[in-house]
Amino acid sequence: MSVTVLDLAVSTLQKELAENYLETIDFRNQLTAVIKPAGILPAARLLKTHPELAFNLLAALTAVDYWPKTPRFHVVYQFYSMPKKVMLGVRVPLPAGKPELDSIDPVFSNANGHEREVFDMFGITFKGSRDLRRILMPWDWEGHPLRKDYPLGEEEVQFTFNFDEVNLRKQFAKK
Amino acid sequence: MFEPKMEVTVDELRHLISERAYEGDTMVLNMGPQHPSTHGVLRLILELDGEVIVSCIPDIGFLHTGIEKNMEVKTFEQALVMTDRMDYLNNLGNNLAYCLAVEKLVDLDVPPRAQVIRVLLAELQRIASHLVFLGTHGLDLGAQSIFLYCFREREVILDLFEMASGARMMTSYIRPGGVWRDLPAGFEEAVQNFLKGFPRRLKQYDALLTKNPLYLERTRGISAISQEDAVQIGLTGPLLRAAGMRFDLRKEIPYSGYEEYDFDVPTGCSGDVYDRYLVRMEEMHQSMHIVEQALKRMPSGPFRSKNRKFVPPPRSELGRSMEAVIHHFKLWTEGYPAPKGSVFSMVESPRGELGCFLEGDGGAKPYRVHFRTPSFAAIQALPHMAPGHLVADLVGIISSLDPILGDVDR
Repeated sequence: MSVTVLDLAVSTLQKELAENYLETIDFRNQLTAVIKPAGILPAARLLKTHPELAFNLLAALTAVDYWPKTPRFHVVYQFYSMPKKVMLGVRVPLPAGKPELDSIDPVFSNANGHEREVFDMFGITFKGSRDLRRILMPWDWEGHPLRKDYPLGEEEVQFTFNFDEVNLRKQFAKK
Repeated sequence: MFEPKMEVTVDELRHLISERAYEGDTMVLNMGPQHPSTHGVLRLILELDGEVIVSCIPDIGFLHTGIEKNMEVKTFEQALVMTDRMDYLNNLGNNLAYCLAVEKLVDLDVPPRAQVIRVLLAELQRIASHLVFLGTHGLDLGAQSIFLYCFREREVILDLFEMASGARMMTSYIRPGGVWRDLPAGFEEAVQNFLKGFPRRLKQYDALLTKNPLYLERTRGISAISQEDAVQIGLTGPLLRAAGMRFDLRKEIPYSGYEEYDFDVPTGCSGDVYDRYLVRMEEMHQSMHIVEQALKRMPSGPFRSKNRKFVPPPRSELGRSMEAVIHHFKLWTEGYPAPKGSVFSMVESPRGELGCFLEGDGGAKPYRVHFRTPSFAAIQALPHMAPGHLVADLVGIISSLDPILGDVDR
């Protein structure tokens, strides 16, 4: 049962988004659809309103930084369907330069807080958001702490095994 | 010269407050962060029309400790201790959410005894957390005696945790692959003792509040919310169930063998503060039944996985087996590698859906951990719930959300 709902979700997304749909990842029995930034708002609307799917709960919204690889960011959504009891992940790759994405706030009202957190921690802007301010860090904070080029503390100690890795981050260290 | 800029000005919040504030019709007032009823360090910016709330803007982050960032530089096993410190009333639940994610990511089995121990402790934790809710909720609304009673009962549960894990609160007891050590001798008896006395206590608390006219006056019809709205603003757990939706992750996507236990999911009908209170009271009864069942079915056998690539060998083996020494050394020096990929696990914490997003990159450290915490969702829902109520009721609304600021800010 649950497999068929997810299959339907993936095939519907594929059909509706066409070239905006990139691939499907199946890892440990959890399905994740990878889509282009332009497809996120239609995808969210479709997943929520489709009567056979009814993904009515935005269970999580976060991001991952793959620096220095490209595309640098992935914004990750987890949608949960209360009637069908299934979960679907959606990933949206974003470039490093000016990461920007449509806000899904018009579809899921609870997205705003999570989007603010992603904006705060990763510096990803959400177009059309009703309130995009820093949420966890102080309002005058510089930088976005969860980015991978943002060092955890001060300059790290280099050893032979992590020399290159630390070198990459060095220019971003504060002290 | 360093010139501190002004605090966030009203102009920056212009889109969140009504035009009337500029005409002087309404007043913008700060509440918190050091306010006794905000359960920690929650700051609210209130726009008031007399005593009625027009808009409410939560300001969080005062307890942000960068747990997600810190976990990225620790191995999977080390990162576990950070989870204790998020929701400090649900330490074992946080451990559980994280461990389920790690186990899913590295594909690790959990023996039946460990599953039952996990359920047993998670339910005790739920009772302890709801007791704090009950106590502080009563305190906020002016019922002072219940606060002390609840903390007395909670202390008994914390003593149980101390027996099992050595710590009252920061337990780190549930580990990937099972639990840290077996339950000590006398633990079952201690739990039985607690179960024997607790129903009588619950009855007393029930008598203190449930039909108390003062309490009813202050909670009924306050912040009532419909099912659809509750889902739309991302409420889960007791808050959603109080609105009438029978949604409990222990039933929906059972983990740790919850499908084998017999328990009810209490629901309310109007979603107001009073219903939230009733739902939590009934949940304590249900948790008690689950604890009883867990004690009854407690199987013998190993308390953690035998997969030595992920779980350290018992101490006794180290003297006899070279392989055990190697495994032990490898596990404590470099940890275990996790495959590339990401998983998402959800558990029903006392406050609602606690989700853990975990991504591995092939190394021994989590590449990215994210916790979707129920308190964060509840605080974000406050602007939808508070308007139209009196400032005095806001105190009741906040405590009915039962937010833990460590959980909100992480």
